Amino acid sequence: MSRQTLTCVLVAAVAFGAPSTLSPAKGARIEVTADALLAGVYEEIVRGHLEAALQDIEGLIRVRPNFRLAHLIKGDLLLARARPINTIGAAPNVPEANLEGLRAEAFARLRAYRERPPADRVPRYLLQLREDQRYAVVVDTHRSRLYLYQNDGGTPRFVADYYVSSGKNGALKVREGDEKTPIGVYHVTESLPRQKLSDFYGSGAFPINYPNEWDRIQGRNGHGIWLHGTPSNTYSRPPRSSNGCVVLANSDLDALARNVQVGVTPVIISEDVEWLSPEDWASERTSFGKQLEQWRADWESLDTERYLAHYSKSFSAPNQNLDSWSRHKRLVNGGKSWVKIKVSNLSMLRDPGKEGLVLVSFDQEYRSNNLSNTVKKRQYWLHEDGRWRIVYEGAV
Amino acid sequence: MNFMARPSTRLAVPLFALVISALPVSADDLQDIDRLLKQGQPAQALERVDQYLSQKPKDAKGRFIKGLILVEQNKAAEAIEVFAALSRDYPELPEPYNNLAVLYAAQGQYEKARQQLEMSIRTHPSYATAYENLGDVYTKLASQAYDKALQFDSSNSTAKNKLSLIRDLISSGPARGSSAASGASTGPTPAPPAARPAPAKSAGTKLAAGQEKSVSTKPAEKPARAQGGGEEVLQTVLAWAGAWSKQNVESYLAFYAQDFKTPKGEARAEWEAARRQRISSPKKIEVAVESPKVTLKDQNNAVVSFRQAYRSDNLNIRSSKTLVMVRNEGRWLIQQERAGG
Repeated sequence: MSRQTLTCVLVAAVAFGAPSTLSPAKGARIEVTADALLAGVYEEIVRGHLEAALQDIEGLIRVRPNFRLAHLIKGDLLLARARPINTIGAAPNVPEANLEGLRAEAFARLRAYRERPPADRVPRYLLQLREDQRYAVVVDTHRSRLYLYQNDGGTPRFVADYYVSSGKNGALKVREGDEKTPIGVYHVTESLPRQKLSDFYGSGAFPINYPNEWDRIQGRNGHGIWLHGTPSNTYSRPPRSSNGCVVLANSDLDALARNVQVGVTPVIISEDVEWLSPEDWASERTSFGKQLEQWRADWESLDTERYLAHYSKSFSAPNQNLDSWSRHKRLVNGGKSWVKIKVSNLSMLRDPGKEGLVLVSFDQEYRSNNLSNTVKKRQYWLHEDGRWRIVYEGAV
Repeated sequence: MNFMARPSTRLAVPLFALVISALPVSADDLQDIDRLLKQGQPAQALERVDQYLSQKPKDAKGRFIKGLILVEQNKAAEAIEVFAALSRDYPELPEPYNNLAVLYAAQGQYEKARQQLEMSIRTHPSYATAYENLGDVYTKLASQAYDKALQFDSSNSTAKNKLSLIRDLISSGPARGSSAASGASTGPTPAPPAARPAPAKSAGTKLAAGQEKSVSTKPAEKPARAQGGGEEVLQTVLAWAGAWSKQNVESYLAFYAQDFKTPKGEARAEWEAARRQRISSPKKIEVAVESPKVTLKDQNNAVVSFRQAYRSDNLNIRSSKTLVMVRNEGRWLIQQERAGG
């Protein structure tokens, strides 16, 4: 009876209607992670092998002695032998509030395991990675998951995923102290080693550039959003428990750290990752690439009005709005007999926010009859009134 | 979804039943030793049993009693040694494993206790006490796991529990067990407990509570051997157990005759005060009367023997008990209450 009950609960925990065909990408390096072990325990329970489940959970606890959730499930497996239990975390006489976090963690971890990223799907946001961006990080705050992608000749390939905690109050950070995790396209700005940090941050931290240019335009503020580890005595933590940071287990942070490039690796935080088929992804990438190419060609054409048509009414650049920008461009272009623009090292990253925004960065080589220069440029393109327009442009 | 709220079989976490009546004593020496132990003279009992064992060093019954004496003397480490050696020499005996488990559990070593109980059940798949204990050990282990999960510090409460276990088991259980089971058994193979449930299907199944039906809850199953006045006597015993279970002290004390012989010869008032305290302090008590046997001496005198299953929130003892009953003005009353058959 108790066996059945426990099984029902765990089945319920992951019954989100996820297609069972989802599986890790081919060729992905599958390490035996705590979540994989936990999923193994879950599968033993489903098959009714409670003894094996108990052995497995004890094995997991040996590897991760601070994994409080594993202790909780061990307690359930033992208690189920003495009496029927009807929930994950059946600890008697414990206030519900003390169990909620662990239960939420159990659900998040098991659900993520059942909903592994499909092998051939690509996160919509990774339209184009630069050659030197060897990896990209995509976070899903709703699933409490961080996905690591490798740049395989321009195509993102799934490498690994990790359980993460995010802001206590959810996502879409707006202001300082709201204890939310920002949604947007960021990159790692720094690597802070363990020695420079208090134990609270665990084995290290990677600050990201929140608020970015778009956040500032939107009036969002706050600072100090990091990817970081956990205190040394902690492995478990509820899905929503940080002040806005994205928190990984120390072992996971260490694994991630091997692939993070400061100033380079994109960190895209979404509430709910959108996955595209390779065809849809390629089509979005091509279509956006054309738009960008048109902007470049229109600039070269010295038809300033056609060029300026790519800019939104709400456009801004550092210390400039559309009017001042337009005046300046008209003036400059008037003095040119020819202009050549070369775009290289292009990256195109779609912002997961609902605005429909793409962050483009590239090296811009500008040559003309009387001036040449090379700058690293960032543009935010917004989809408005049926077409893409630039809402921000600036040198990095 | 299939979330089914089921009532739990037991909420309280009882402590562990020590098997006391496992090895019926045939030799006079051992009977004497056992009597000394029950009379609260463990030191003398130990001296006698050591003498006995110097003659028969391998004797299972002697060594088992020695283990019990050491438990009585709070010498857990030595008792563990005795029971451990006994289970090495007689691996087919379930009782030494069980008692080792009780001692380990008292020390908070629930994992070890679990192993011993599983051994005990492997040797005797129908061993009810071991199942009950195992259920309790699982509950304890679960509780330890939960403490780790929730980062509760359980070390203090565990330590307290351990001490009270030993004191309660030995000095003043509601009825101390007896090894003087009726009918001499010869070989080292012990008689199983009074009620033998059907063989277990798996080690995880909780058998003891479900399968040993106690008479107190099932009056329909009253044994037929009690005839005439015997029926009244039995009803009285069941009512007495009922008052005890309800922790209704006044009603409970009213079952004792004016000339009731207090167990240690103490004054009636002193005995009553002790009973009052003992019955009212637990959060709950369950007393079940199992396999009662009523012997009518004459119209006004009867002797009732039965297995008494006592369970409170911190104690769980199954033992033999004998009540000497007298009829006074049409009411059966308890004149003597003895541990043992």
